Amino acid sequence: MKRYLFVLRRPPYCGSRVQEMLDIVLTTAAFDQEVALLFVDDGVFQIKKQQQPLPYGMKDTAAIFAALAIYDIHHYYAEAESLQERGLKPGDLLLPVQELYRKEIAALQSGFDLVIGT
Amino acid sequence: MLKYAIQINSSPCHAQAGDTAYRFICAALEAGHEVLRVFFYFDGVYHALRFSSPPEDELQITARWTELARKHALDLVVCVSAAQRRGLLTGNEAERLGKRDNDLAEGFRISGLGQLVEATLLADRFIVFGA
Repeated sequence: MKRYLFVLRRPPYCGSRVQEMLDIVLTTAAFDQEVALLFVDDGVFQIKKQQQPLPYGMKDTAAIFAALAIYDIHHYYAEAESLQERGLKPGDLLLPVQELYRKEIAALQSGFDLVIGT
Repeated sequence: MLKYAIQINSSPCHAQAGDTAYRFICAALEAGHEVLRVFFYFDGVYHALRFSSPPEDELQITARWTELARKHALDLVVCVSAAQRRGLLTGNEAERLGKRDNDLAEGFRISGLGQLVEATLLADRFIVFGA
């Protein structure tokens, strides 16, 4: 088994980007690997509560994040500066993230076999 | 000697990442390393378009992959779902979807994301090219 850290840094609703990234995350989890997610930059918006894409005919990717526990994905990290710069608090998010400061991110990454960004 | 798995995420016309990946792969093979698989995802699937026809004085990117695959028996895999989203269909798939098309260039094959995850598991190093 390998340990995968996926770094999500794009906002939601970038075409099919978030969906395609989530497909990699879910497939990796389906292979019974250890998977964690790190949200940085505009990626923190991907798990903001109260997204309402359906009236605009877009897929609700936030709902997929809410279902990640079914795939045994339980470790979520968010960069504290990214949240602060965007006026977000952990309570605004759909997932129970552990906040890490920018200077702590390298240490987090060093605990994984693969760090995969998009 | 290391085993490498490679993922390419950006289109050939819009970013340099695919060319950088190509050069990396050539250098790795020349140095005696093994490239287990090259996986084309996101807009990276555009590398595999059979009918891409750039002007003669530009890089012949798709033809170059076909040649590299032939020379080194490289496994060039295009993600089926990413390809279908973008209208890149092989004959079989097109028929199943009620369409007529055969867009995949020689040397590439279509498969699923499981092939990507398997490659990351088998490889000593996994490198993603393109944002």
